[in-house]
Amino acid sequence: MYKYDQIDQKIVNERVDQYQNQLNRYLNKELSDEEFRPLRLQNGLYIQRHAPMLRVAIPYGLLSSKQLNKLANISDKYDRGYGHFSTRQNIQFNWPKLEDTPDILRELAEVEMHAIQTSGNCIRNITTDQFAGVTDDEIIDPRHIAEIIRQWSTFHPEFALLPRKFKIAITGSTKDRALVQCHDIGLEFFTNTNNKMSIKVWVGGGLGRTPIIGSVIKNELEWEHILTYCEAILRVYNLYGRRDNMYKARIKILVKSLGIEAFKKLVEDEWKYIKNGPNTINAEELSRVKKYFSEPNYKKNIKNNLKDYDPNKAFSQWLSRATNSHKKTGYRAVTFSLKETGCAPGDASSTQMKAVSKLADEYSFGEIRVSHEQNLILADVQEDKLYELWIKAKEHHLVTPNIGLLTDIICCPGGDFCSLANAKSIPIAQSIQDLFDDMDYLHDIGDLNLNISGCMNACGHHHVGHIGILGVDKDGSEWYQVTLGGNQGNFASIGKVIGPSFSAEQMPSIVKKIIEVYLNNRQKEEIFIDCVSRIGLEPFKNYIYKDSEVSK
Amino acid sequence: MKSQLIKGKNIVKDDWVTSELAKVEEIVKMQAGKVVAFKLSGEDYPANEQVKESIFPDTGKVLLPLKVFIHHQEKLKERLANGEIGIWFSTHEEIHKFIEAIGDLNNFPLIAIHVEKFADGRIFSIGSQLRNKYNFKNELRAFGDVLRDQIFFLKRSGFNSYLIRKDRDATDAIKGLDDFSDPYQGASDILEPVWKRNKR
Repeated sequence: MYKYDQIDQKIVNERVDQYQNQLNRYLNKELSDEEFRPLRLQNGLYIQRHAPMLRVAIPYGLLSSKQLNKLANISDKYDRGYGHFSTRQNIQFNWPKLEDTPDILRELAEVEMHAIQTSGNCIRNITTDQFAGVTDDEIIDPRHIAEIIRQWSTFHPEFALLPRKFKIAITGSTKDRALVQCHDIGLEFFTNTNNKMSIKVWVGGGLGRTPIIGSVIKNELEWEHILTYCEAILRVYNLYGRRDNMYKARIKILVKSLGIEAFKKLVEDEWKYIKNGPNTINAEELSRVKKYFSEPNYKKNIKNNLKDYDPNKAFSQWLSRATNSHKKTGYRAVTFSLKETGCAPGDASSTQMKAVSKLADEYSFGEIRVSHEQNLILADVQEDKLYELWIKAKEHHLVTPNIGLLTDIICCPGGDFCSLANAKSIPIAQSIQDLFDDMDYLHDIGDLNLNISGCMNACGHHHVGHIGILGVDKDGSEWYQVTLGGNQGNFASIGKVIGPSFSAEQMPSIVKKIIEVYLNNRQKEEIFIDCVSRIGLEPFKNYIYKDSEVSK
Repeated sequence: MKSQLIKGKNIVKDDWVTSELAKVEEIVKMQAGKVVAFKLSGEDYPANEQVKESIFPDTGKVLLPLKVFIHHQEKLKERLANGEIGIWFSTHEEIHKFIEAIGDLNNFPLIAIHVEKFADGRIFSIGSQLRNKYNFKNELRAFGDVLRDQIFFLKRSGFNSYLIRKDRDATDAIKGLDDFSDPYQGASDILEPVWKRNKR
């Protein structure tokens, strides 16, 4: 993974000093709340229900064992012994003290980490495929360009105070796991007809209050131009994006109101005079960054002894759900579920973090990835060590074999923690997990994404869940709206609302009803989302709302 | 009174008189307490009457609202040639619409941009365009809600003078210019990105 040189380290250190000074001036009343707000947000610091929340960046979801260990220590020392992994591959601490935040950042800087631009109206953490570099459907490893974009976007002077937040995602695989069509800018790598690394550029996608699938602004952009092209897009957005209404300030609204062609023309006009300019990436810089992501020392001729094991049911279920194929024969990528029943989705205790850190050292070249599904991944595990790893990880409740299943719920912190939320989301996730605790039943239901957001900001990505649940406020009480047919990936789509909302108590049984309709209608091997696409919403609506007095 | 103007890295006396637009009844552009002036609305800003009614000193260095300058352009020719005329405009005004009308930007020794709110980052892109798209070479000033924590970014976006908001200490604000010593990306002040400037 990328290692800081003196230049990177200095920028992060200088940021800690700058932030400490800003905080001091705020505490000395030299900065007003309003003036401090954009400054603290650009450093991932929110003022929340109970305490400040600090969001720490995990660039494109990649962590070293040392970094994860540091996160565990920070959660012990400054927080309550756990952290929350977010849907944008970051980690959040829910209970730090305001005055401790500079110390936390200083400790993070020691392990090449920071909270730069994890919030605020600026370019946020660049996200990508959790299986980057190891997946067998990869065309180009997206991490090289992700790191180059990370550096370019860090304290970009022109884009420090945008109309609204700005998120960039990158994929280099046939199967998109980075949701590029749901980002402000989505970059899809491919090899063009001249065998050159090229990018299909999507713009104006997003979830939130107005979910929109992005539009293609450029079908084929050669890789060296990616920074100048992003600069042109961002300049047009910065100048023309709405600033009068925060709900209409994202780039998607601008793209939609101008139309993609008119927007593209503005971008091309800006790009004309910066194309081939100083920020054009050269081969030397690409290869400098690339060498940090060179292959680890993979072993050859690993004995595949998986079939020798007693097909212990729990192990084989885990093997089928929680391990992914790998480009190297004899290796697999292992996903540790942070979705055990009874735990808040995406939360990891410091004990778990330390355990994963240790397991990464023992089994996966000391590296960990965080997925937008809020799980942790060891990307390079030898097949002949899987059983051993499973036994050890089991002790730490990391092997729930529900990856990609109904209980692998994507969930925001919701009304328990977040001051933006209209409704709680974690208890809903837990009550659903409780009801669907039978692994055999879950495996029979098969692939299904259930996503929950506590408000329209959609941090839980409910729009692209096959089943989406959105917390809404009606007359001061919490209700839940259900959508069906959302999808992520290459065939991204936004779910449709099935009808009036339900109470928290009703939610598990509503999900159960949805599943019953699916099970009664599915054709052999047909997964949930395909069944919804085929039969439409009517059968679900008819069944769920037949006792119509229950909903609101 | 101590000057609030930072030029380069020093506090200097402001030898320009900034001419404001004539006050007119606020008819548009306020919504929920925020300045709207949404650029795509197609509305003229400032309104024609406002431009006509604006007055400014007959002699000396004067910083005029862009549209006031355009309105009086003919009679200002001599003063412009003497280097007495600068222009200013707000972040929501679209310079590209007026470029033809005002001629060579480098005739102005000073262009100033007014930023109403700290959080309005349009000023950075305007600076960048003035420097890189329109090749403006002279003094570029930010004024309005200009505070310590913007000026590093302003400098990098092509600005070289900053009129700090009245209630803040300009001496303290200067420190903001040194927040970062070796930035990553190429921008208007340092054109090359860090990997072209250094052997990494």
